[in-house]
Amino acid sequence: MTTSNSLVYLIALPLLGATILLLAGRRADKWGHILGTLMSASSFAVGLYQLSQMLGRTNEARPVTQKLFEWISVGTFNVDAGLLLDQLSICFVLLITGVGTLIHIYSISYMSHDHDRRRFFAYLNLFIAAMLLLVLGNSYLNLYVGWEGVGLASYLLIGFWNHKPAYATASKKAFVMNRIGDMGLSFAIMIAFATIGTVSFEGIKEHAHHTSTGALTAIGIMLLVAATGKSAQFPLQAWLGDAMAGPTPVSALIHAATMVTAGVYLITRSNFIFDAAPTAQLLVVIVGAITLLFGALIGTAKDDIKKALAASTMSQIGYMILGAGLGPVGYAFAIMHLLTHGFFKAGMFLGAGSVMHGMNDEVNMRKYGALRKFMPITFVTFGLGYLAILGVPPFAGFYSKDMIIETAFNAGGIKGIILGTVTLLGAGITAFYMTRVMILTFTGKSRWDDEAHPHESPLLMWLPMAILAIGSVSSGFLLSRGDALVNWLAPLFEHHGEHKELLSPIVVSGLALAMVAIGVAIAFLKYSRQEVAAVAPEDVSVFTKIARQDLMQDRFNEAVFMRPGQQLTQVLVKTDEAVIDGAVRGVGQLAMGSGSILRGLQSGFVRSYAALILVGASLLIAAIWVVTK
Amino acid sequence: MVFSAPVLNYTLLSPMLILLGGALIGVLVEAFMSKALRPITQLSVTLGSLVLALVQVWRIRNEQSMTAAMGSVVIDGPAVLLQASILIISIISVFLIADTEHFTALAASLPGSEEERHAMQTGSQVTEVYPLTLFAVAGMLLFPVSSDLITLFVALEMLSLPLYLMAGLSRRRRLASQESALKYFLLGAFSSAFFLFGAAFLYGYSASVTFAGIRESVVGGGGNDVFLLIGIAFLSVGLLFKVGAVPFHAWSPDVYQGSPTPVTAFMAAATKVAAFGAMLRIYYTSFANAQWSWTPMLTVIAIVTMLFGSLVAIAQRDVKRMLAYSSIAHAGFLLSGVIALNKAGLEASIFYLFAYGIATVGGFAIVTLVRDSAGEVTDLNRWKGLGKRSPWVAAAFAGFLLSFAGIPLTSGFIGKFSIFSAAYESGAKSIVIAGVLSSAIAAFFYIRVIVLMFFTDPVEDGTSVEIPSALTSITVIFSMVVTIALGVFPAPVLNFISDLATFIR
Repeated sequence: MTTSNSLVYLIALPLLGATILLLAGRRADKWGHILGTLMSASSFAVGLYQLSQMLGRTNEARPVTQKLFEWISVGTFNVDAGLLLDQLSICFVLLITGVGTLIHIYSISYMSHDHDRRRFFAYLNLFIAAMLLLVLGNSYLNLYVGWEGVGLASYLLIGFWNHKPAYATASKKAFVMNRIGDMGLSFAIMIAFATIGTVSFEGIKEHAHHTSTGALTAIGIMLLVAATGKSAQFPLQAWLGDAMAGPTPVSALIHAATMVTAGVYLITRSNFIFDAAPTAQLLVVIVGAITLLFGALIGTAKDDIKKALAASTMSQIGYMILGAGLGPVGYAFAIMHLLTHGFFKAGMFLGAGSVMHGMNDEVNMRKYGALRKFMPITFVTFGLGYLAILGVPPFAGFYSKDMIIETAFNAGGIKGIILGTVTLLGAGITAFYMTRVMILTFTGKSRWDDEAHPHESPLLMWLPMAILAIGSVSSGFLLSRGDALVNWLAPLFEHHGEHKELLSPIVVSGLALAMVAIGVAIAFLKYSRQEVAAVAPEDVSVFTKIARQDLMQDRFNEAVFMRPGQQLTQVLVKTDEAVIDGAVRGVGQLAMGSGSILRGLQSGFVRSYAALILVGASLLIAAIWVVTK
Repeated sequence: MVFSAPVLNYTLLSPMLILLGGALIGVLVEAFMSKALRPITQLSVTLGSLVLALVQVWRIRNEQSMTAAMGSVVIDGPAVLLQASILIISIISVFLIADTEHFTALAASLPGSEEERHAMQTGSQVTEVYPLTLFAVAGMLLFPVSSDLITLFVALEMLSLPLYLMAGLSRRRRLASQESALKYFLLGAFSSAFFLFGAAFLYGYSASVTFAGIRESVVGGGGNDVFLLIGIAFLSVGLLFKVGAVPFHAWSPDVYQGSPTPVTAFMAAATKVAAFGAMLRIYYTSFANAQWSWTPMLTVIAIVTMLFGSLVAIAQRDVKRMLAYSSIAHAGFLLSGVIALNKAGLEASIFYLFAYGIATVGGFAIVTLVRDSAGEVTDLNRWKGLGKRSPWVAAAFAGFLLSFAGIPLTSGFIGKFSIFSAAYESGAKSIVIAGVLSSAIAAFFYIRVIVLMFFTDPVEDGTSVEIPSALTSITVIFSMVVTIALGVFPAPVLNFISDLATFIR
């Protein structure tokens, strides 16, 4: 395998940026944002350089490794801190650093009034470094470090405005729910070590063939738990909506384009495990299918523009997870949807940020309306993202989402029909709620508060939006032309030649477009033809009420986990106080008591010390005499 | 009678010779140099010699020789590792010694006398502590490389005598300091007598004073076992005294408390490396085949030492005495490396000695910083709330305490883990159980100090934290970096030790 010494710079540059910005403190306030952006951009440049190098090599020689140092060496357990850049991770590297840099640029302007802007950029850099470590680690343990790192950065950024208690709570919620997923990852690593004896991707791939299916299934399920936590999938999805408390660029970068897709990366990276563990793979598909509907349904009832987009993110990642669960045929499409989604969703979030910027940070779409005249650029870029997510040809989503729907239908048997229907239904609902967002925000009559003076955002903000919009338009076409991405990723996955078609691609596209048309039409009838209330109406159906409450996800968590958990904790605390603390205190008192008594030996008189030595020497002789007897 | 000139391998002996040379220059500087230039010259000479010696040790790291000094000195991998550890610890200790605030202006004057007052007023300051340090370090370098009993004894005295003097140099509480020096001297002399007595018995047993000769007799058997056993026992008394194992520990709390803190740091860290180095060599080479006779004895001593040190430390109210008892407990942990008697035990002991030595110097460096108008404040009650007033200093001290306690991600954890696993491998299960138990007890009093510093409200009593001098900062930062680095990335150092750590016999 090719080795390279320059991989580390990908991570080192943003990490250096974060370190400098955090250590320099207020002194860096003047130039911190520029340094942060430059560090992210240089990392992107290194990524492009690596891509150009990679393109010049043959398929087999494309993966590049770099050993950093020997990290852990205990008995038979050896882990090197090493990096691996292959066809899969380069996609992520470019997405993270590319979209990351655009969002850095956007944030320069967006955060310009925040006196903690430097700290914000420090955290952004930290996030970029951790996320790159996540996708570049060559073993699950290295990945785990990045995994925790992005969790930390996400926590810090969601709670960036932590002077508001609700925001601090949101970041805590995200952190705690992520911990459950993280626990899954650590279990997966432990099981892998216990049964296979290694935790490196390469090592596990080699040994996967002669490892028991039971062990692989266990690892796969634990990895899935990890993925559901980080990617906000059912049943660990509840944190993503609250995570919108963070500044909007954070929502765009972390909670739409990159971090939340880490679960898809994890499953795709672990293809050798899931391919050999059909049960785990089936669970992946089920989780993806449930989440894609779940997220879409929540999206229909949200009045908060960011929460509507967050629900949509959840749903779109559901598509990716579903795609990744369909095995070798699905991995590449999952990644393609991930990349196109990275463009259009980040673009739409930035658009939402731009709207909020012009509307005094108002997030309630019922207080928007008619903004297209005042924010033409935002309207156009957001609109292009909208067309992309709907899957209208030739925009990006058409290529990537249709492929997943098609693959779902072709999964075979009743499974294929169920999955295909679910994905089609999801596409329809997506069209409905996204159209709703468009109409409420940009068209109709204005329903603003009196003090709102909507205006277009400055260049530094609309430029990244425009670039992302170009991606929303063209990325799907470029990535699927001549199966470019599929062929690019093909060497990493094992292929099982058979490929049966239930429905031809044309039929699938036709069905999908029909569903989209229905969704759009309903939204038009409901929101464009009728007056929209500036205050959310209360006399709505029970379904809307449930959807507004995120399909009861928080109540469910509270009833099933929180309250029994609290009771369990109380019992444990009492036990701890009575039994364990009691024992510890007892031992402590015993130790203190004996310590005080023994201390009496220390009289301060040199004669007693000498006597002690003499006694000791005599005891030694006596002991030896006993031994020799 | 024909005399043949001794053949000496100067390259291999050079670290020690450099230090002795430096010490002699220091004596001359003390006698002839003008007052103003003396401190800086002494410091430069001392640091220069130590660094030069360290460079020299590095250059001979792959050498092996039994005959560096006519069979009295052996140079091999462990020798190099131990000497390098001693030198590194000495260098950072000298950074602390450079703060003259701790040392009496005129050691020869009576406490409270007119002379002393005059010396204080005129600001004159004697600096004999530097050459004394160099003599002591030279003795410490010789101690673990001696390969006969006579050289071993000479090295023992060479390192001890300067330490006795240095213990009495404190500026504050001079009477207590001198008392501790005298105690140390008397008890040291007493234990030296045992040591010599033991050496005589070993000679009686094997008709040889060289380690190789003794080893041959032990392997061959047939000698008078009683002589061997009494010899081992009494020789051990001398060595166990130096490392501060129970019941030969009684000097250490008093001396640690009475000595100037930089000297305490030096003594606690470097002496332990030297003494355990010598002990490892003699037990691993000469006495290895008589394991049956001394293992039970050392095991009991190790267990008693660990438990005693940990238990009594809990009852201490003075930070220096607490660290003294902690060092006794650590002597017990280190003894399990001697008892293990396998390669893993040797490697673990060397790692442990280095890691513990560095953290100890760092810990005492912090102690030198917490002062009031009358000098250092060592009463733990007055350390309350230190974390609120001086978060960095308190955090550094907390780091060293966590390392002493053996908490993961510090060097102390790796040290304890490897030394206990080596002992376990060799079958010494009782010692591992006692070790883990007393580690738990010890964690109690280490963490209590952390709680005291960070979670107790400060008391207003004029205690302040001195802004560390540049040299003290270097010591603290270096110690902290090493402590954490060895805890997080121990592999390179462990591998380096593993490559070198084999005694030649």
